Parts: sequence; structure tokens; C-alpha cells
Amino acid sequence: MSDVLRVILPVLAAVGLMLTNGVVLIYMLRKVLGHLHLRLGPMHVGWHGVLQTVADVGKLLTKEDITPNNVDKALFFLAPAAVFVPSLMAYAAIPFSETWRITSLDTGLLYTFAVLSLVPIGVLMAGWSSANKWALLGGMRAAAQQIAYEVPLLLSVLPIVMLSGSLDLVEIVSAQGGYWLGFVPRWFVLHPLGFIASLIFLVAGLAELNQTPFDMSEAESELVAGFASEYSAMKFGLLFLSEFSNSFIISALGITLFFGGWTLPWIPADWVAHIGPIIFMLKTYIGIAVFMWIRGTYPRVRIDQLMSLGWKRLIPISLSLIMVTGIAMKVVESVRGVS
Amino acid sequence: MPETVNGVVFGILALASIGGAVAMLTTRNVIHAAFWLLEVMLAVAGLFLLLSAEFLALVQVLVYAGAVSVLMLFVIMLTLRRREDAIRPLDASWGAAALALLFGAIIYVGVAASSFTLGAMPDEVPDVEALGTLLFSLDGGWVFPFEIASLVLLVALVGAVWWSKEEDR
Repeated sequence: MSDVLRVILPVLAAVGLMLTNGVVLIYMLRKVLGHLHLRLGPMHVGWHGVLQTVADVGKLLTKEDITPNNVDKALFFLAPAAVFVPSLMAYAAIPFSETWRITSLDTGLLYTFAVLSLVPIGVLMAGWSSANKWALLGGMRAAAQQIAYEVPLLLSVLPIVMLSGSLDLVEIVSAQGGYWLGFVPRWFVLHPLGFIASLIFLVAGLAELNQTPFDMSEAESELVAGFASEYSAMKFGLLFLSEFSNSFIISALGITLFFGGWTLPWIPADWVAHIGPIIFMLKTYIGIAVFMWIRGTYPRVRIDQLMSLGWKRLIPISLSLIMVTGIAMKVVESVRGVS
Repeated sequence: MPETVNGVVFGILALASIGGAVAMLTTRNVIHAAFWLLEVMLAVAGLFLLLSAEFLALVQVLVYAGAVSVLMLFVIMLTLRRREDAIRPLDASWGAAALALLFGAIIYVGVAASSFTLGAMPDEVPDVEALGTLLFSLDGGWVFPFEIASLVLLVALVGAVWWSKEEDR
């Protein structure tokens, strides 16, 4: 394979995954939420409505693309791309298995967070350029929330980095191989410190995704559709595609950091070596299903509750968790050194 | 990376950062100016990446592009009372000219006084682990400057909280 192809093919694969993921997640969202609400969800197009989202994509692609009169044209056109590109770039460091990943980075975890931190910019751009007060309010809420929750999200993964001693996502997964007491898998979610970190990660991740219970940015009953109000046709499609793709990224990160990535416990590693990516995808979609379960169950919190939860609870908890982890590691080290 | 590819990428990034800075200064729309500043920061991160300073590039994106510029946009959007206020008139008064001239003079003197030498790229680029060890080792490391810097930041944080609680006093 030529070098150029070797660079281009993984990127195309990531785009393909992102598009498919969008279609699958819309269907999943409708079905999961439907059943949680004791409804059936889409039933008529194809078997149990499986072709419904395919038809919807066709509709989105052929709809008229409306540009309102007073928008800031340059920013209005740029915003969907500014949301889409970082969300696509985030796939680069995710390890689907030991060998299946787009690029290997020593700082994979930091890279993913750096790229995800660019998402609120696109959201602000969309909110401002739409020249619509609901869009602006939605954009500001989304950006404020994402900025605030990026801090606990980053801090919550630091104990994992300390325990595994690496920022490389593959090494973090391999640090989770083996068992405690002979049968408990060494997944960080089952580690006492890692468990607290995983809870913080879940809450901060949901806020980062603007999902219920933190979906004030697109609260349908107050803000029409938030920052996406004025967008139509495929521009709207792009905004939503990257939102679904961010769900995938956060879930995949959680799986990698806390649930052992592509590995399965109790089954010899060489049995499942070839289906690593499939296991990883399954685990990721289970994670997304949990997000949707939360979405169908909890009411929305108020914006001041959201801010005080983030700044007054989660950040102090995650900071002290880092300190406790550091002290615990030194204590364990010295105890082992003495005996 | 072959030298020509490197050169082309450098050219693009250099043009992007200088062009972005010029555009930021010449645009009259403050929102556009903030977005141009963001573009400059991303281009500079690209330049760091070109020098194999991976960690520095990521921190540049995370802190400057991801946090500082968003904060700036946020403040601008919060304080603008009407959308039309985003477009600022050109201030052509003598005071503004004097200020610009003074600033230019200070920058010129600063640049002229310091000597720039072309550094050579080391054959092997140190990784994040080496950087961490260098930052936190006691002898020959940077642990004291690092801790002092974090202390300064902490003082700034506490100060900001204290100032913003004015109504309680």
C-alpha cells in the first residue's frame, strides 16, 4: 500500500464510521426512548422501522437549505464544519483493538481531550451567527456548560493516568489486563479510586455531551432547538451527526479508561484476539444505551444547579481524588518495598 | 519528513498565523476578531507540531484555543447589548495613533535588543515522559519554578473569587 493511501484510508474509515454511527444512533435513540416511554418507536418503514433513519437521511439531503436574511454569512456556513471537524478528529486516537487504530500517539488521551475542547467553539459560532435569540442563548448555555465540565472531565481521568502510568490509550487498556484476587478483572471501574473517577467521568461526560439531565442548551420547551434552530437540511444534519459522534467518543473513552477497552475477562486473550474491535463496539454501544437510559429517566436540572454541581462539587472531589491516589500509590509502593 | 513537504506545511502554517493576525487586526467586527485570534492559536499549535513538540501543541490547543478563546468569545457575546454593536467604528483619533505608535516602538525595541539564533533540531525528540521527569526532578530539574508558577496561578484564582464576592462585604 502506498504511503498516501495509508494516510487517507483510515480517515475515510473514520468518516464512514461517523456517518453509520449517526444513522444507527438515531434509530437506537428512538427505539430505546420509545420503549422506556412504553411506546414502540418507529415501526413502519422496514422491519421494526429499521429503514426509518435511512429514509430520514434521504430527506435531510434533499431538503431545501435555507439561509435566513440577517445571519452572519461566513460564520453561519463555517459553524457546521467547526463542529464536525473536531468530532471527526477525535477518532484518531481511539484504540478499537491492539492493532486497530488510526494512529498511535504517546499522548492519545490528551489529544482526544484537546480536540474535544474545540467543539464549544463551533457551537458558539452557530449560536451567534444565527441572529436568533434562542440560538444565541442555546449556544451560550452549551459553551458555558462544556467549558465548566471539561475541567472535572479532565481531572477525573488523571487518577487513571497515575495508576496506569501512561497517556497512551493502548497502554491504559493493557494496564487493565489480569485479575485482582484471582478472579476480579483489573478494570479501573472495579478499583475503589477508579470507581469514584468513573462516576465523575459519567456525570461530566453527560454534561459535555449536552445530554439529559444537562440538556439546557437545546431544551425544546424553552429554546426551540438551541444553537441549531436556524439550520436546515444537511447543515442541521452535520450538527446532529457530530453530536451523536461525540456520544460515541465519550462512551468509547469511558470503555477504554474504565472497562478494559477491547478485552473480555475470564476468556483467554488469544480466543478473542481477532474480534477485539467487535467487542469494543459492543461495549461502546452498551455505554451509549446507558446514556439513553439516563436520558429517558431523569428530569432536566436548572442551570444554576448545573454550575454549582460542576464547580463546587465535582472539581473539589476530583482534585482530592488525585491527591488521595498519589498518596495511596506512594504508601503501597513503600509497603511493598519494605516487605 | 522530507524537507520539501516540511517547507510547504511550514509555509501554509506561517501564512495562516500571520494572515490570521493581520485579519484579526483589520476586521471591525469584534466577534470575527476573536475567531481570527483562535485561528492564529491553532496555526501556532500546528507550528509546534511541526517541530515535534507534540505536548506543547496539544496544550496550546487545549488551553489557548479550547479555553481562552472560548472565554473571550463568551465575554464578548455576554457584554454586547445589541448585535449591531459587534461592529466597531475605526478610532482614528490622535490618542489611538499615539498608543499604537508607542506599542509598536516597544515591540521594535524588544525585538531589536534580543538576538535570535537558529537552533538545530535534536536528532531524537524527547517524549512526554522525559518532559515530566525534567519538570519534577529536584536536582537540575524545574520543580521549583514549576511550583512557584502554580502558586502564582492559585493566588490569581483566589484573588478572582475574592473580587467577585464584592456584594457580601
